[in-house]
Amino acid sequence: MENRYVIRVEDAVKTYKTGKTEVHALRSVSLIVEPGELIAIMGTSGSGKSTLMNILGCLDTPTSGRYELDGTRVDGLSKNQLADLRNQKLGFVFQGFNLLARTSALENVELPLLYDRAGRWRDTKKLAAEALDRVGLGGRLDHQPSELSGGQQQRVAIARALVTQPTLLLADEPTGNLDSRTTVEVMALFQALNESGITVVLVTHEAEVAQYAKRIVEVRDGRIVRDEPVRGRRVAADDLREMDEPTLEAAA
Amino acid sequence: MKKANLVRVAVQSIRKNKMRTLLTMLGIVIGVGAVIVMVAVGNGAQSRIQEQIQNLGTNMIIVTPGSSAQGGVSQGAGTFNRLSVEDAETLKREGTLISAVSPVVMTRVQAIGGEGNWRSSVNGVSVDFQAIRDWQVSSGAFFTESDVRSMRKVAVLGSTVAANLFPGGDPVGQQVQLRNVPFTVVGVLAAKGQTAGGSDQDDVILVPYTTAQTRLAGRSFIGQILAGTASAADIAGAQQEIRAIMRESHRLGDGENDDFTVRNQDELADAASGTTQVMSMLLAAIASISLVVGGIGIMNIMLVSVTERTREIGIRMAIGARGSDVLTQFLVESVVMSVLGGVTGLAAGFGGAALLGSLTGWSTAVPPEAVLVAVGFSAAVGVFFGYYPARKAAALNPIQALRYE
Repeated sequence: MENRYVIRVEDAVKTYKTGKTEVHALRSVSLIVEPGELIAIMGTSGSGKSTLMNILGCLDTPTSGRYELDGTRVDGLSKNQLADLRNQKLGFVFQGFNLLARTSALENVELPLLYDRAGRWRDTKKLAAEALDRVGLGGRLDHQPSELSGGQQQRVAIARALVTQPTLLLADEPTGNLDSRTTVEVMALFQALNESGITVVLVTHEAEVAQYAKRIVEVRDGRIVRDEPVRGRRVAADDLREMDEPTLEAAA
Repeated sequence: MKKANLVRVAVQSIRKNKMRTLLTMLGIVIGVGAVIVMVAVGNGAQSRIQEQIQNLGTNMIIVTPGSSAQGGVSQGAGTFNRLSVEDAETLKREGTLISAVSPVVMTRVQAIGGEGNWRSSVNGVSVDFQAIRDWQVSSGAFFTESDVRSMRKVAVLGSTVAANLFPGGDPVGQQVQLRNVPFTVVGVLAAKGQTAGGSDQDDVILVPYTTAQTRLAGRSFIGQILAGTASAADIAGAQQEIRAIMRESHRLGDGENDDFTVRNQDELADAASGTTQVMSMLLAAIASISLVVGGIGIMNIMLVSVTERTREIGIRMAIGARGSDVLTQFLVESVVMSVLGGVTGLAAGFGGAALLGSLTGWSTAVPPEAVLVAVGFSAAVGVFFGYYPARKAAALNPIQALRYE
């Protein structure tokens, strides 16, 4: 396979065994994501979207089927190989921010660089500072998560995901804990990053958030039931401008 | 993950929980400190005993009355006192490896003289006694061979006796009465201090053994015969020789047991230090229990920490930490804690030993290898008690760990 696709899933099945009953979390999913896409995976809870996201995020492997990430076959890899792959090719953004408490923004962002086994990174502090600068938090390197607002914490998390220059940015309900304005701000950041060439996969259950993506994939009962480009796509930067209180920008 | 980063990550998370880290370390601090203090006390006692035994004299052999058996019934040591002045004279005459021999005729008397009276032990000895015990005189001189031969009534006072009978003055040339017999003081012994057993060596009056036998009759007996060799190498041979001569002069047949005991100074030292060694081992063993308890404290805290930090572990794994990275991090955390505790405990132990020494007057000494053992042992405690929690952390499933509330 050529490296044309960031994600190539073919007929992935995931079955959990709990006692004697089998739970079919994914029945048969095929998905292709090309470089530069901004794709929203939607679905209600129990639809299988979390399972799909875990597989895409190399946190889990499909029971059967095939998954290639950036040309690397993922299914069948060992735990350690999965960990290395996550470190090298993926950036995670979670709903609950998942920053290390009592640890400065800089140290949080630096962390994935420290876990690199290939020795790719030299000046890890400088790289982390640059990533924070990129998400607009260049002035808050030494702040701890408890000293930052939700939107700022999520930006730190995004910086942490970006710092290793991943092939894919994987965001699991990134706006779930944010108010509407901060949601738009964070989406503006994702759109800007996407414009600069980063492939982004958003997992969300909010239709408004999905409207900022380029493409929507809907999962129901372990199958993809809809896969189409977004019609009437919204631009977060424009929405922000439409919001009448530009002074809030600085406060956030 | 690089090793330097690993230590950094571990130290970072230790720093984040200062109070908890301190409390956890306290267990190890107390454990190591207690072991060091106990070892110091035991070791100090031992070296003090060695010193005191050395103080008895050099290359000394001691013959004491031994046990005898009658019809297979052992009568216990000293039951039949068969040591005699003749034995000492025979040894002196026939011994080839023995350079000096002195009988010790022991009795207790009320000494009267100078400004008062003092009850003390009188030892009738030969001139060789001074050489065997390596005992200098601080004033006057030791009595001479001719004093012994002529049974002169001369005495050499131990410093305690001199101080009690003649406070402030020089007793040399003065008279003391021992059992109503006037003796002329010819010398005063230099102070030797206490024996290992705690009795005052200086509370003694030395007189020629011949004089003691004739003038101080009564309950006088030969408590022991002291012998000395020219060099330490001769001691074992001299002991053999003494035994052979004594058996012959006591006319003991082949099947009969010795009716005397021959020991050298090292054997005395071994016997004495053997006891303290057992004591100090016992103390150290009890103290080590607190070290183990400290280790269990570390394990406890690390287990709590793994549960508490489940989400953190999930995050680390999601961003690329391998199970082994997490394992090493937790292991390094527990080892760093226990080694820091060990080093602090070492300092506390040194301080505690010094304090105890100055409060009680016991001599304490920390052997240098104890430092290495203490630090090494606390690191081992860290690894041993940190491994299980660390493995638990490493085995977490990242998906479940991330969802953990």
